Amino acid sequence: MRYILKRFLALLLTGWVALTANFALPRLMPGNPIQAMFARFQGKINPQAANALEIAFGLKTKQGIIGQYFTYLGHTLTGNFGFSLVFFPEKVTTLIGQALPWTLGLVGFATILSFIIGTAIGALAAWRRGGAFDSVMVPMGVMMGAMPVFWIGLLVVYVFAFKLGWFPIIGSQGGGQGLQSISGFAEVIDHAILPAITLTVVSLGGYIILMRNNMIAVLGEDYVKYARAKGVPSGVVAYRYAARNAILPNLTTFALALGFVVAGAIFVENVFDYPGIGLLLYQAVTGLDYPLMQALFLIIVVGVLLANFIVDLLYVILDPRIRTDGRS
Amino acid sequence: MKTFLHNRRAMTGLGLLVFFAIVAIFSSSIAPYSPTDINFTPMLGFSAKHLLGSTPQGQDIFSQLVYGTRDSLLVGVVTAAIITAIQLVTGVFAGYIGGWIDGLFSAVTNIFLVLPGLVLLIVITSYVSSKGLPEIIAVLAITGWAWGARVLRSQAMSLRDRPYIEAARMSGERRWRIVVAHVVPNMSGILLANFFGAALYAILGEAGLDFLGLGNINEVSWGSMLYWAQSGNALLLGEWAYLLFPGVCILLLGTGFGLLNFAVDEISDPRLRGF
Repeated sequence: MRYILKRFLALLLTGWVALTANFALPRLMPGNPIQAMFARFQGKINPQAANALEIAFGLKTKQGIIGQYFTYLGHTLTGNFGFSLVFFPEKVTTLIGQALPWTLGLVGFATILSFIIGTAIGALAAWRRGGAFDSVMVPMGVMMGAMPVFWIGLLVVYVFAFKLGWFPIIGSQGGGQGLQSISGFAEVIDHAILPAITLTVVSLGGYIILMRNNMIAVLGEDYVKYARAKGVPSGVVAYRYAARNAILPNLTTFALALGFVVAGAIFVENVFDYPGIGLLLYQAVTGLDYPLMQALFLIIVVGVLLANFIVDLLYVILDPRIRTDGRS
Repeated sequence: MKTFLHNRRAMTGLGLLVFFAIVAIFSSSIAPYSPTDINFTPMLGFSAKHLLGSTPQGQDIFSQLVYGTRDSLLVGVVTAAIITAIQLVTGVFAGYIGGWIDGLFSAVTNIFLVLPGLVLLIVITSYVSSKGLPEIIAVLAITGWAWGARVLRSQAMSLRDRPYIEAARMSGERRWRIVVAHVVPNMSGILLANFFGAALYAILGEAGLDFLGLGNINEVSWGSMLYWAQSGNALLLGEWAYLLFPGVCILLLGTGFGLLNFAVDEISDPRLRGF
């Protein structure tokens, strides 16, 4: 119980730091980016909205910085993110609501798939350490980790969509019929395959190396040697003794790596023009749309934090040592 | 050292690094033209005069590629050096001395660990008005140090109770001297591995920022080449060379750092070695 409470407090603390950083960053930067934003959107949005924004960013207000901070906290916690400037008069929350499912699907699919495949390859490489499979998979894994995700995306588009024409080049759906009909569903899948594969390939390398090295460490443990010596079938040793214990530390990395996968999604969505959170963030960043950008940053951070918290909870179920706070 | 020379992965990584270092140092003699010269016929194919053809803007692709090496290598090495310096304080020193300083630093590390670094990177760069190399390097360092710091901290903590450290403490050596003279040298393998890992992160991060147009796109770099290739629809024009080669260079330099990271890890932890 103490463990869960500690993790929960860490979650709150990190969340608060992210909230505060979001508030402080534009105000700390030299050259006042907020004023630059207003200069850019002068006359493009109606005066009422501009006024609301100026208050939100503390330009036309008699409030001190502390007062502004609490106003900001209040707005954020009640989900009041204001209007987007690039997509004016759309509300920030509406835009995020539309984009979120696409990214969740993409990131969720790629993370889970790369975790499963990477762990399996890594375990096998460790089991046959020094063998042909191992000596191919290690450099392959390192190379996958060194691939610029947007570049792989562009190459994939060029070869499979442009040259071979197997898949649509960009977008997320055909006629925009969504998931209501079977053909609409097929369109959605058809559009998702290339971006999902790109993201999976780039995330795979890290898991291969991580699992291989963890598994090798576990294979050196006395209980594994003992199991082998007493004649436990090697398949059982590999799976039930070694791999299971080697996967545990991977789970933490799995959760922390989510941040990287989301970042990867920004590039992938940009290359494939896929209408998720990442593309929206790109549009917000290039368009100096700070209200939208701040909200997106928070959504991404909260998502990653929650995923980490869930993994921490899973640990309690998977690792009895944590359940008992280290007492046996 | 001998194990390093006999490690195939280490030597491959080192070879890649040395190759790119030579290209970066002798860029001006290797490249036939100035990378910013736009006086060539646009979209030429491969030829003896233009080894890899020319861009839709009429620049020589090969010359750009050669000069771009400088940018990536510089960002990788300098950022990794800064990150290592941060990690020495927040990881090694704090982990060794323990107490409230360690508590504070590890709380900060844990926060930075969970915050998605590259997303933070993109958000911060969008606020920075001037985007020269120093700004990019600073942002890369701020967002990239946490992971290694945690690894180093646990290593430093495990060294704290070793007999030779204890002996140094008993003989009255100062804390910082113990860290510098006894703890750090015994962590050199893991520090080096971390350095290479940080360089890989920095190279990919910078290329990504350049590609999104958030870096300095007027500077010649592999990332900005990809930005111009993408924004100029190089793919649809069939200019695949403009797209392929900068990425191959990033991949190879990154693989060089990645292999060294892996190999040094392997050498300092012999259990990981295959044969």
